[in-house]
Amino acid sequence: MKIVQLEPLPDSPNQPPEVLSAPLEISYAALIWRRLRRDRTAMVGGLLVLLITLAALLAPVLAPHDPAEQFRDGLTPDGQPIPSTLLQGSLRFPLGTDANGRDLLSRILFGARISLLVGVLANLLAVALGTMIGSVAGYFGGLLESLLMRFTEVMMAFPTLLLAMTLVAILKPSLWIIVVVIGAVYWTWIARVVYGQVVALRDRDFIMASRALGAGSLYTLYRHILPQLVPTIIVWGTLGIATNVMLEASLSYLGIGVQPPTPSWGGMIQQAQSYYRSAPWLVIFPGLAIMLTVFAFNLLGDGLRDALDPMMVRKS
Amino acid sequence: MWTYLARRIGQAIPVLFGISVITFVLIYYLPADPARMYAGPSATVATVARIRHELGLDQPLWVQYTDYMGRVLHGDLGFSYRKQEAVTTLILSRTPYTLALIFGGVFVELAIGLPIGIASAVARGRWPDRVGMFIALVGISAPPFWLGLLLLYGLGYLVPIFPLGGAGSPAALVLPALTAGLGGAAWYARMMRSSALDILSTDYVRTARAKGLSQFLVILRHVLPNALNPIITMAGMDIPWFIGGVVLVERVFDWPGLGRLAVEAIETVDVPLILGTVIVTALAVVVSGILIDMVQSLVDPRIHHG
Repeated sequence: MKIVQLEPLPDSPNQPPEVLSAPLEISYAALIWRRLRRDRTAMVGGLLVLLITLAALLAPVLAPHDPAEQFRDGLTPDGQPIPSTLLQGSLRFPLGTDANGRDLLSRILFGARISLLVGVLANLLAVALGTMIGSVAGYFGGLLESLLMRFTEVMMAFPTLLLAMTLVAILKPSLWIIVVVIGAVYWTWIARVVYGQVVALRDRDFIMASRALGAGSLYTLYRHILPQLVPTIIVWGTLGIATNVMLEASLSYLGIGVQPPTPSWGGMIQQAQSYYRSAPWLVIFPGLAIMLTVFAFNLLGDGLRDALDPMMVRKS
Repeated sequence: MWTYLARRIGQAIPVLFGISVITFVLIYYLPADPARMYAGPSATVATVARIRHELGLDQPLWVQYTDYMGRVLHGDLGFSYRKQEAVTTLILSRTPYTLALIFGGVFVELAIGLPIGIASAVARGRWPDRVGMFIALVGISAPPFWLGLLLLYGLGYLVPIFPLGGAGSPAALVLPALTAGLGGAAWYARMMRSSALDILSTDYVRTARAKGLSQFLVILRHVLPNALNPIITMAGMDIPWFIGGVVLVERVFDWPGLGRLAVEAIETVDVPLILGTVIVTALAVVVSGILIDMVQSLVDPRIHHG
């Protein structure tokens, strides 16, 4: 990814005057917003992200039932889960019930909280770790660089899911452990990208000027290099949520993620696996929820990448 | 080429060393007591202590590590407490199934992903492009275990074309391979599209067209070979994720491969088996990374290694 030049050339004849007179940060943000708004797919992604977030936040209000309540009329007389009651014209169980007679829609809505919480928090951790390790390795070079990047390489060679599984098994599955483990598995990707950028930046004139003026390494890193990394961090921060939501779902599907009775989408599919022939809705709807969430963050991330990177010519 | 290969293998050794140390240390801090697991629940404290001594578990961490690595270098990965079998034997007996799944999955990735990518690039901006890319984005976003269950339901149960489980026949491989490959196919379609778009606008493609080459031949002779390079690079970076996907697919289809073995080992806290499967898969990741570099220099003669 190319580096975005923030400052418009003062004597550039093509610059519209209002951009020049406006404060710099605002004009840049406005520029990004204008590009993003023109990108229809990114807007769809953003809207979906917003809706999913709202659904998660408002789950207690939106959900028709308590997600843990086992209804006596939620099972057929011979104890089977029942399909959507919408076809019978009833709103009682809009997406049907699970094998314990619990309302599927309510469980999916509450599951959104777990997915988003884990996805976002794990990603914050991954971005923080990756940016720190990648930029320190890239900026300081030398022994520190080889040590940190070799370590990154070792972590990248681990099969991602196996590493996460082993870690969770050792630390015992809980929501926070899963956040930490996913963050600890995913940071390597961000470290690699950030490292590449910092290496490209470290010999540029403005960095040298900063050093020549007597600025310390950490100050230069923080004041001059970090701001250049913001577009990368925003893009990977968004795309990473998609990956982490998927990782959480995968861990929960394997039975070592968020533990029942807490409703999580991956765990719901795992429990539904033995019923997929008689009660396919138990597999279909939680899977759709995962797909929609991952899809939304991917769309938004793609759009942000295009909007934040003016050097990259759009290919469609 | 050979010096490059030697250098890559030289670089891989510290990575493998790092992996073995990290895995060993992680497992060392497992809350479960391997000696107790080995002895069984009814064993006396004295028996457990004797077994702990026999297994060398009372030694300091670094002694256990060097002992273990010494045996690993001789091909002995230890003995599984739970399965009462040598870990090497267990891994070797599961490997063919996982290899079949990997080759099937990669075949699906390429056979579906590359044509969609090229078709999208050629039809850039028109409806086949939009439809293709929309499907690709959906494919990337769908969890593989969910796709697998949907395929099982659709093509195994509703329309019973393929078996619902088992690993005995080639037909049983179709659904697992599709599941393992579809997500990757979507990635490759996106990569191939952008790579092919770059190539389609080059001068040599214009020249090829100007001399009257048909669209098909232009793509076959000029676009495909040149566009493959970034795809192969991506394939190299993708391996650890692909293996993660294989773990999920094996779980969905009850496929008796390495991924299932690893999950079973982790679930039953079978320490030697966890160590063995993690080290073997990490080795596979590193080796396939090197192989992919080799393939890349074969496909693209401009890349000279060495």
